[in-house]
Amino acid sequence: MTTDMWIFLGLALVAVWAAVCMLISRSAVYSALFLVLNFLTIAVVFLLLQAAFIALVQVTVYAGAIMVLFLFVIMLLGAERVETTPSLPWQAPVAVAITTVLFGLMVLALLTGQAGAAPGVEVAAGFGSPQAVGELLFSDFLLPFEVTSILLLAAMIGAIVLTRRERSREAS
Amino acid sequence: MNVPTDYLVILSAILFAIGVLGVLTRRNAIVMFMSVELMLNAANLALIAFARERGEIVGHIFVFFIIGVAAAEVAVGLALIVAIFKTKRSIDIDQVRGLRG
Repeated sequence: MTTDMWIFLGLALVAVWAAVCMLISRSAVYSALFLVLNFLTIAVVFLLLQAAFIALVQVTVYAGAIMVLFLFVIMLLGAERVETTPSLPWQAPVAVAITTVLFGLMVLALLTGQAGAAPGVEVAAGFGSPQAVGELLFSDFLLPFEVTSILLLAAMIGAIVLTRRERSREAS
Repeated sequence: MNVPTDYLVILSAILFAIGVLGVLTRRNAIVMFMSVELMLNAANLALIAFARERGEIVGHIFVFFIIGVAAAEVAVGLALIVAIFKTKRSIDIDQVRGLRG
């Protein structure tokens, strides 16, 4: 067992624990905070995998911007605890059964697939650095990058239209 | 980096399964939405693990675009939840039964 392995096992335990806590905690605020913890541990796993740029994007965009948006909406709606009893009593057992089958299928696909047990090829020192990712992003993937900016603009306009509509109707 | 790719993919599968369970069992629309984010993140983890195994940096580009699309999706999705809350005064997913607002 190498140092990397111990670090990975610890991070994996924290990530799974945080995900389970997110799932079972009654308050939506606690769920959001556990999800932030999960995203941060996954970001450290990305660092272990020499994906430095993606790890930073994960921390700033996911754990930063997106989760702040979630917390903001939870606070805005005052919707920390809206949990009611499930209307379908058989739903939870069926959901657990379906998820178990799905997980089993994923493990089966992994065992019969071609994913290697080895950590793979050796990579250069600059692998996954902002420079390496940026060079590829602005040469081969320039068009998808620009399309993403249009997508983000469309999402922004959509969010504004969706949330302003009711207010303008009440005002008129 | 001495962690086998199998272990990373297993972790990704566990997180994805927890996300599926969250979407199927929770009634709070915001928590369901967070579970979807967890599933997206699990997929990102698998992509990064395979990118490391193959020594291909294209996987990182793919994850970058997934994060961008997720940001757009969260903005629209949370706006929809706010719109639903304005009409139904609740984000319990069982209350959203009719198609008319």
